[in-house]
Amino acid sequence: MLLIWTSILFPIVAAFAVAIGPTKFAKWTAFAGTLVSLGALTLFAWNFPAWHNAEHFPNTTGPSWIPHAGITFSVGFDTVSLLLALLSAFLMPLCIVGSFSAITERTKEYYGWFLVLGSSIILAFAARDAILFYIGYEFTLVPMTLIIAIYGGTERRVAAIKMFLYTFLGSMFMLATLLYIGWEHRLAVGAWDFDIDTLTKTATRLPSSTQYWVFAAFMVGFAVKVPLFPLHTWLPLAHDQAPTAGSVILASAMLKLGTYGNYRFALPMAPAGGADLMSFVAVLAIIAIIYASLICWVQTDAKKLIAYSSVAHLGLCMLGLFALNPVGAEGAVFYMVNHGLSTGALFLCIGMFYERYHTKDTDVVGGLAKRMPVWASFMVLFTLASIGLPGLNGFVGEFLCLGGTFISEHDGQTGYPGVLGPWYAVVAGLGLIFAAMYLLILLGKLVWGPLREPHDDAAHATSAIRLPQDLCFREIAILTPLAVACIWLGFQPKPMLDAIAPCAERMLANYPKEVERYMSQSAGTPLASINGKTNESRGE
Amino acid sequence: MIEAMSPRLILLAPEMILFVAAVTVAILGLSKNHGIRASLPFITCAALIASIAAVPLTWTNENAQAANLLLPTLGRFVKPLLAGVGVLLVLLSVGSVDRKMEESVARGRMAFDPQRVVRGEFYAFFLLSIMGAMLLCNAQDLIWLFLAIELVSLPTYIMVAIGGSGNRNQEAAVKYFFLGAMSTAVFLYGFALLYGSTGSLQFLEIRSALATQSAGSGIDTLATIGIVLILLGLCFKITAVPMQFYAPDVYEGAPTHVTAFLAFVPKTAGFTAMVLILTCVGWSGHTLIDTDGIRIPYNGLPTPIAAILWMIAILTMTLGNIGALLQSSVKRMLAYSSVAHSGYLILGLIAGATAGIEALFFYLLAYGVMTTASFAVLASIERRGEEINSFSDLAGLRLRHPVMAWMLAISAASLVGMPPFIGFFGKIYLFIAAFEADQFGLVLAAVLNSAISGLYYLKLAIVPLVAPPSARSEEVTSVPSRWPFIAAVVCGVGTIFLSAIAGTLVGAAKSSAQASPIVLTASQAALPTASTH
Repeated sequence: MLLIWTSILFPIVAAFAVAIGPTKFAKWTAFAGTLVSLGALTLFAWNFPAWHNAEHFPNTTGPSWIPHAGITFSVGFDTVSLLLALLSAFLMPLCIVGSFSAITERTKEYYGWFLVLGSSIILAFAARDAILFYIGYEFTLVPMTLIIAIYGGTERRVAAIKMFLYTFLGSMFMLATLLYIGWEHRLAVGAWDFDIDTLTKTATRLPSSTQYWVFAAFMVGFAVKVPLFPLHTWLPLAHDQAPTAGSVILASAMLKLGTYGNYRFALPMAPAGGADLMSFVAVLAIIAIIYASLICWVQTDAKKLIAYSSVAHLGLCMLGLFALNPVGAEGAVFYMVNHGLSTGALFLCIGMFYERYHTKDTDVVGGLAKRMPVWASFMVLFTLASIGLPGLNGFVGEFLCLGGTFISEHDGQTGYPGVLGPWYAVVAGLGLIFAAMYLLILLGKLVWGPLREPHDDAAHATSAIRLPQDLCFREIAILTPLAVACIWLGFQPKPMLDAIAPCAERMLANYPKEVERYMSQSAGTPLASINGKTNESRGE
Repeated sequence: MIEAMSPRLILLAPEMILFVAAVTVAILGLSKNHGIRASLPFITCAALIASIAAVPLTWTNENAQAANLLLPTLGRFVKPLLAGVGVLLVLLSVGSVDRKMEESVARGRMAFDPQRVVRGEFYAFFLLSIMGAMLLCNAQDLIWLFLAIELVSLPTYIMVAIGGSGNRNQEAAVKYFFLGAMSTAVFLYGFALLYGSTGSLQFLEIRSALATQSAGSGIDTLATIGIVLILLGLCFKITAVPMQFYAPDVYEGAPTHVTAFLAFVPKTAGFTAMVLILTCVGWSGHTLIDTDGIRIPYNGLPTPIAAILWMIAILTMTLGNIGALLQSSVKRMLAYSSVAHSGYLILGLIAGATAGIEALFFYLLAYGVMTTASFAVLASIERRGEEINSFSDLAGLRLRHPVMAWMLAISAASLVGMPPFIGFFGKIYLFIAAFEADQFGLVLAAVLNSAISGLYYLKLAIVPLVAPPSARSEEVTSVPSRWPFIAAVVCGVGTIFLSAIAGTLVGAAKSSAQASPIVLTASQAALPTASTH
């Protein structure tokens, strides 16, 4: 417990130190703050007793905050949330170091907000109280909006405001739903309680018509964050305008809050709704995959391309989750972590060449392997990881997500029936082929081919910190840990998959029954199934 | 000595302190000594702090019981709330009242003229207005309620006129006065009808009479119309639809520190009065016992009253938020935001005893702190000696006054309901109360409205922090007095600190919402009294 709170609160302490201390120490203070946070979390993970079961640890309720409303300071991890928190904590120091040369103005505020951002992301993953989760989830918006609005590109204010409003609107629905489930708990038990496990137990007992709406409202909130088609329109702009480190955290940690929300709240709390809406969400996810891939194909802005590829990849992740069987869910969780690593690394790579050339347009710059061989080899590695080349980390997650979709069929040989099946998998698989195409085209333009550099080098000359032609030691030091992680997870996915499996099964515990019910109902007329549900009595 | 005094009088100790202080500052304001005149705001603060201290000393359970009040513990939370936010509001006004005259005197351009100073009067009226709001907590009958609420309003009309130094102040004051007088007429008419229907001015007797009526054939039409008129009249004080029209003009025209006062004190008074009146009617959760000794649950507020409050709540929050979206003046925007927050607060009224009342007062505390924070920032900067008004004046505020820009951003975040600021917990608590009253529709409306409000509060945070400075904002300087700035910092830090101790504050608000048990009328007096919960 102490270690968790250290990893959450130490960045905030460091943020105060940054705010008070002199400007020239700001970046090192921030780096130290994130390192301590990562260290505390690693130490916690090292001694984590629940790697191979689905339990939360520590399994106790924290001190009370607002007793009348049942809000507590409860934090704890299961395997999935611990992995995602570790991912965020791991990326924070890399992002801080990655910003050393990019951020030259208002540095104190930048590092201060970055620390607060990291802290609230870890809080959201660690929270075992729904309101505490909401605080972390929602507060990430404040620093991210400011980081984009202050340090972003030319359209930064529009991008920041759009991001804030989309996500804020979505999360209001989520908050209302959480309060509603809290109220149902209050009705059943007589006291307010926002412990996530307790709420899950209460919510699963609600009649299926209610669960349908609970699920729909959760989906509105989390789909904005994931982002799922058609609510994704804020993301490419935000990524395009955000500073490099902001993009990394946005893609790798903040978007994961959306998928994590589905994993932790929407799916387990409203299994009946999840079963009813399974194919609907899956169709949206597939549209996201195909649509975003096609956009990537014609995209000449390298950063926007990676942003849209994020939409496609997270669509695949959602598809895996909504296959509603352990294979898909394991794959989705594994993919969350690996998408964080490879896409985060890609954004860092793009940022590094942007700092040198001040353009992201692949029509203007190209053939950089001749100029920056070290950078080019990292770029190729991470792009291949993102495509899902076997032997690298992306492959395992993608394969499992598609495999889960494929076996999500009526016959239920796996014990987990579903309504998706091979056709969904085939169409989504097209997205993977598209991904290989657009990412290889990107590589072809940017890394290989004839050398093209912008002639006007004025912006380069005025840059405050002169960078060497190829990557400097600092930049190599940032990318190396990510590269090691990508390769290691590609060859050794099993320990992590084994750790995820019990959690995935626990999350899906109610689904076989609910999907059976859904399928038997939809065998009759569709309208009858909706009317029939309203007559079910409310369970105790 | 104190034992000999009647309990009702002892409960008035905070008001007495404020009254003595009001007289003192009015006289000291005429002093030729500059130091004494300068100390007036601090004497006012001291009096407010003393009155906070007096509340726990005097408001004991025995005294409250003996005083025969409708809500015997109400004052224990509301009085310190008023005085506490009052202290911050005083800090906002330091250096503003009589500023031009004091500067001329200091430079020797004119001699001190006791006929021209208004600082003493200003602080005296300030204290009297807060005193009026405090007196509401002790109201036992309609006459007291009327006098107290007029004591809140009358000084504010003058404060609007004399608090600053512009012509717009007078215009705003006249507008405020005439509309205020009209609203007074409306609720006085409601009092008359209520008296006509129940035959009593005493709250406890009115409540018994209404309980008897509703146990029989339902509450009288006359009484219903009376209560509706009272509520509509009070809507003026809380800037709710249909009486909100004055708010943007008056808030914009009044000097900023008085605007902050208007946004909090009359609103708190109006809601306290509404709570008292609606407690007479009774919410669901109250029970009474009929002649056969069978417990009959109240079915909540009578349908017409509940329906009207429902409409007021939805219209107030929606019109407030949409109005705020369209503004380019910061003060007008904050005026509409104040209207919208009244809409949220009415959720608490509809939810009723006791969760709703708790949530209402807790939210008033949160609202008081966060809205004062934003007005305090506005009060601590000026442009060419004039108050700043438009958003373009705020652009680039961060460069010259970073802390102020941050405080404005924090108050905006808190007003929109962003965790972990106090506004978030206020909203959560209101929603929880509305859920307990089965008002899902209202929660949904409030949620959608919060989402709309994100649009304009984001502007309030982004413009000072991010926008590049304009030609106008280059001329923005801080006011000579440091105190408004200090108030802004205290409020800004308060929005975070108060959420850390939210549990304690909610507990305090909870203990203020208990109603005294219903005493039945003569025909039913033999039966045991029903308890409220």
